[in-house]
This record gives sequence, C-alpha cells and structure tokens, in this order.
Amino acid sequence: MATLKVPATVPAVADDCDQLRKAFQGWGTNEQLIISILGHRDAAQRRAIRRAYAETYGEELLRSITDEISGDFEVKPDHTYELVISDRLLCRACSADDGDQRAVILWTLDPAERDAVLANEAARKWQPENRVLVEIACARSSAQLFAVKQAYHDRFKRSLEEDVAAHATGDFRKLLVPLVSAYRYEGPEVNTRLAHSEAKILHEKIHHKKYSDDEIIRILTTRSKAQLLATFNHYNDEFGHRINKDLKADPKDEFLKTLRAVIRCFTCPDRYFEKVVRLAIAGMGTDENALTRIITTRAEVDLKLIAEAYQKRNSVPLERAVAGDTSGDYERMLLALLGHE
Amino acid sequence: MADEQQTELTRAFSGMGGLGVDEAALVSAVARWRRQPEKRAQFRRSFPGFFSASAGAGAGIERCEDEFVAHLEDEFARLRDAAVMWAMHPWERDARWAHHVLMHHHHGYGAAAAALVEVACTRAADDLLGARRSYQALYHRSLEEDVAYRLVKDANANVSSNWLKSRFCEWTLACTPRARSSDELFWLQLLLGLVTAYRYEGDRVSEELAKEEAKALAAAVKSSASGKAKVVQDEQVVRVLTTRSKPQLRATFKIYKELQGKTLEEDFAGEPCLQEAVKCLDSPARYFSEVIHGAFKDGADKQAKAALTRVVVSRAEADMEEIKDAYAKQYGAKLVDVVAKNTHGHYKDALLAMIGK
Repeated sequence: MATLKVPATVPAVADDCDQLRKAFQGWGTNEQLIISILGHRDAAQRRAIRRAYAETYGEELLRSITDEISGDFEVKPDHTYELVISDRLLCRACSADDGDQRAVILWTLDPAERDAVLANEAARKWQPENRVLVEIACARSSAQLFAVKQAYHDRFKRSLEEDVAAHATGDFRKLLVPLVSAYRYEGPEVNTRLAHSEAKILHEKIHHKKYSDDEIIRILTTRSKAQLLATFNHYNDEFGHRINKDLKADPKDEFLKTLRAVIRCFTCPDRYFEKVVRLAIAGMGTDENALTRIITTRAEVDLKLIAEAYQKRNSVPLERAVAGDTSGDYERMLLALLGHE
Repeated sequence: MADEQQTELTRAFSGMGGLGVDEAALVSAVARWRRQPEKRAQFRRSFPGFFSASAGAGAGIERCEDEFVAHLEDEFARLRDAAVMWAMHPWERDARWAHHVLMHHHHGYGAAAAALVEVACTRAADDLLGARRSYQALYHRSLEEDVAYRLVKDANANVSSNWLKSRFCEWTLACTPRARSSDELFWLQLLLGLVTAYRYEGDRVSEELAKEEAKALAAAVKSSASGKAKVVQDEQVVRVLTTRSKPQLRATFKIYKELQGKTLEEDFAGEPCLQEAVKCLDSPARYFSEVIHGAFKDGADKQAKAALTRVVVSRAEADMEEIKDAYAKQYGAKLVDVVAKNTHGHYKDALLAMIGK
C-alpha cells in the first residue's frame, strides 16, 4: 500500500505550475515549496504538471530543478514537448552530491522512466553487489517491466538487454539478461506436478553446488510468479526448509546473494525492501542512493507495508529512523513521500 | 482422350508436381464420369501408387492407400491453412506457429525449430512482443517457458508413441529428476535469447562498437574452429546476436566481412540455429526467398512445404516486394511464375493474390 498523501482537493494543474515556477525564480530555489507540491502528487498528476509546465514556460520542469540538465526538445506525436535528456547528463544530475535533487528528479519522473534511469545507471556501473536490476526485473509486473524497456529505448536509444549484456559478466550476465528480457505470464494458473518436479531440479542442482546451472536460470527467468511461488512452497514442504536456506553455503558469494534476492523479490518484496532500507540507514553514514531509490520507487506501491515491516523488525517507526539519519531538504522530501504530514 | 483425362485427374488428385489440389479438374472429372463406374475403375487401376490391387477378400477392389489419404488431407488443407492464417491477427499467427513447433517438433533442433528463429528475428520488436502476449493469452504460459521447457524435456525422451508421450511421459518425467546433457541443447541459450529479445528499433549505429563486436565474433569463430568450444555457445556470440539492434548488427556483419574476407553466414555454415539467425537478422528477404525455393524442391518434407504458406501469408503485407526482388536475383526467375507453375487450384490463386503482381 502506498504512503503518498495527496490532498483531498488537488489544486488545478495551472496553479501548481505557477507555484513551481515561482519556486525557481529569485535567489536559489525554494526547495520546500517544490517538495510540498510534487511530494503530494501521484504519477498521473505529476505527468500533467510536467506537460503543462513545458507548454506554458517552454522549458522542461526537470531542467528548472537543476541547471545541469540540458538537451534538445522533441515534439511528440501528441504535440507536447518532451525534453530528450541526454543520458550522460541526466545521470550526472542524478548522481549529483545534492541528495535531495536526485530524490526530487527521480520522484518527478514517470515510474517507467525512473526505473529506466535506475537500470541504466546500474548497468553502466555494474558491480556484482548491485541488486537494482534484480529489483526492477522481479519486483515489477510484466507490463511494468515492459514499459521500463520501452522507456529505456526512448531515453537511451539502446535496449536495456544490450546494456546489461555488455556490462555484466560471467554467471551474472547469464542470469541478469534473461531476467530483464522476461515477459512472464501473469495468470494464477499453477501446474502442481511441474512445481513438484522443478522444486526437485532446483534442489538437486543446489545440492551439487551448480548455482549457475542452466536449469536454475531457466526456471527462475521463465516461469510465471504464481508458478514460482508454488515451486518454492513445494521445495519447503519436500525438503523441510526454505530454498534460500540452501543458498547460504558461502556468505561472501555475491552470485548466491543475487539468487536469494531474486527469490525474495518474488516471495516477500516488502521484507526484501525493508532489509535494503535497514542496511542503508544503519551504522555510520547513510547509503542515500539506496534510500532514495526504495522510497521513490515504492511510495506509490507498497511503502506502507515496508514501513510496517521496518517498525516490526527494528521497533522504531521508519519515519523516525529516516529523520534521524538525514537532514534538510533531503529529509523533507523523503518524509513527504513517507506520508508525513 | 480418356488417357489425357486420366493423367489430368491423376495430377489434380495427387498434387504431384506441386502443392495444393486442382479443384476444378477434380470437379469436372466428377461431372464427366457421372454414372460411369468403369471409368473410375480404370482411373484407379492406372494409378498404382495410391490404389493397390489386392488378392483374397480384397480381390477386384483397388484399395486406397492410407498414406495417400493422409497426403491428400495435407494437400487439401493448404488452402484452409492459408485462409485461416491470413484472417488471424499477425500476433496470433506467430504464437500458433511457435506453439505448433514446440508441441510437435521439439526433438532437437530441426527445420521446424527454424520457424522459431524466423519469428524471433524477422519480426519488429513490438510484433515479437505482441506474439508473446498472444501466446500467453492462448496457452496460459509464456513463450519462453515453453521454449526452455519443452525443448529440454524431450531431449532425453525415448518414448515414441505420441499418446504415451502426452500421458505417461509427463508424469514419469515429473517424478524422476533427469540428468540432462547440456551438450544436446547447446543452441538453447541462443534460441531463448532470440525469442525474448526486445531490440532497440532506431537507426543509431556505433561504428566503433560494430568494429569491436566484429572482432569478438571473429575470435569466437576462430576458437571454435580449433575445436575448443562450440561457437553457438560462445558468450560473446550469444550476447551480440540476442541483444543488439538490427541496424547495429548489420553494421557489425559488414565490418566482419571486411576483416575476415568471408561473411559471418559462411563461417556459420552448418551451425544449427546460428546460420538462420544471422540470415534472418541480416537479410530477411533473401532468407525468405530461400525458404520458398526450398518448398518446391524435390523431396521437400512436410515442414518445408508448410513453410511456403507461412512465409507468403506472414510477409504478404510486409516485405513481399523485397522478397520478389531477392528471389529473382538468387534464382533468376520471377516468383509469381514459379509459384504459378508449382501450385494448383484455389491454393495457387490465394498465394498469387497475396504475392501480388
């Protein structure tokens, strides 16, 4: 469930644009005003604001947010302006030291565009520890993943698969490319015999430590989510413990961690994301990229469930933990998305 | 005169010397020989291939061979298939063809599996995705699941009976984990990658990247020639062929030819899956003209003949003009003439209508 709070009576799009324009003028930028508006609008409303802003002021909203962005205008078939932001510049702006700028930019983008930008970053700077691609491939519906791939074509003039394939290596490439190429069946039908037999296959391969075997990859990257859940349940019933337990042979093995992440994103996404957030906040310093990513991508999906899981696990409300670990406009943005009044 | 009619009827009936059935000749024979059973008997006797004389209880009855009936069913069905496929949505067509291959011809990589490569590589990115969506709607599973599973499942199946295969095999295979030899399915990763691709459709090409990847392909070909590993399993080969956009690939193939002196197609000769993939990605029109030519060859099998309907129906509104040009260039004959000569009846008319002048 979403945490985003949209006011009961939403101001007219023109008024929002007006206010935003005022926020950019004068000395510096009135971040608080931007956050108070954008932080309380859902995806459709934000899209309408971006369109109206571009038509009224002849400039992309995102450009106003940071002067670092520049690019060419492209007139789309429906006669709106679309700023084709060069990938290099957008990503530079996103990785700007300004944590809140990155948060606002990511938040303002459409969900599909946002995932495309995150995926591009993850592919270009690919490391074995990087799980962003797994999150996008496994914690989105088939239709959403496809929208991400289309947005990727539009923005980066390449396919997501080619970038992942070009940067990931070895077993990771073998797993990640089919994972992002998948177009899974979304129906509830489950073949119990198949679940049974595939649980056996998984167990056998894992038992022989053949973690990157073709069969494991085939099953994880082609079967529907319902079928996979049934398979994992059968695994538990048949072998007495969950499949992830058998994938913990070597705590330092990043490939095993990736496999476990894939499975968790299917079976319990809110708890998976809770862990990512917990590790981002815990200890000295904050992994701002991870925190921003989870909060902006899940605010309209299941951030409430993630927050509940966080409170349950850490006995501290997520809002309080975020407030304690961040400051300034960045903190304000994250709290707005967390539904803080 | 009677002999001429006999021959004409023989030809019409058997689809010999071409595909399809000459309905008009059949009907006129039926009309002409009304109430003349001896004419029909004469016809049967003059056609020993399909009507065989037998002794004992069957004496005096020229029995019709079941093989002939089956052959006729196929020939009569050509128009039906062409019409039904033509009427369907292109995405549903592709889904049904893919499903047919997976359900009936999944023993290793044969000519039938080439249909999968054809669909995966010659359709636009959105059309391939549409076919995958249609597949899900029709069969409640994703195309990639079935490609991965069915081709794997039957690699080791020894049961020959179709009935047993469908009832018993699934149960026994489900209960016994099999040790599958990945050698038999070395082309599976490539095929899966081709079928799940969502290629960028724009024109942007990077010459530098093309050069780099042409070199990688050349290295893969070289190392497979020295017997180290199968080229179709080479990671770089699979990666490049299954993810890059088509314009990018064509640039890469061009540079490959400049570097190596031979085309990639030539270097992949005899490699299942790979050669078709390269042909389909590089020059689909030429590939299709070869498939059509193959349907008319002597000794063409069922798959090759069925391919004629598939290619004409699916490309009639796509790149039929380019296919006609490619055919003329490759075989020195006009496609419409060759089709008119080698097909009969309404099937011929339907094909010619789709191919156009």
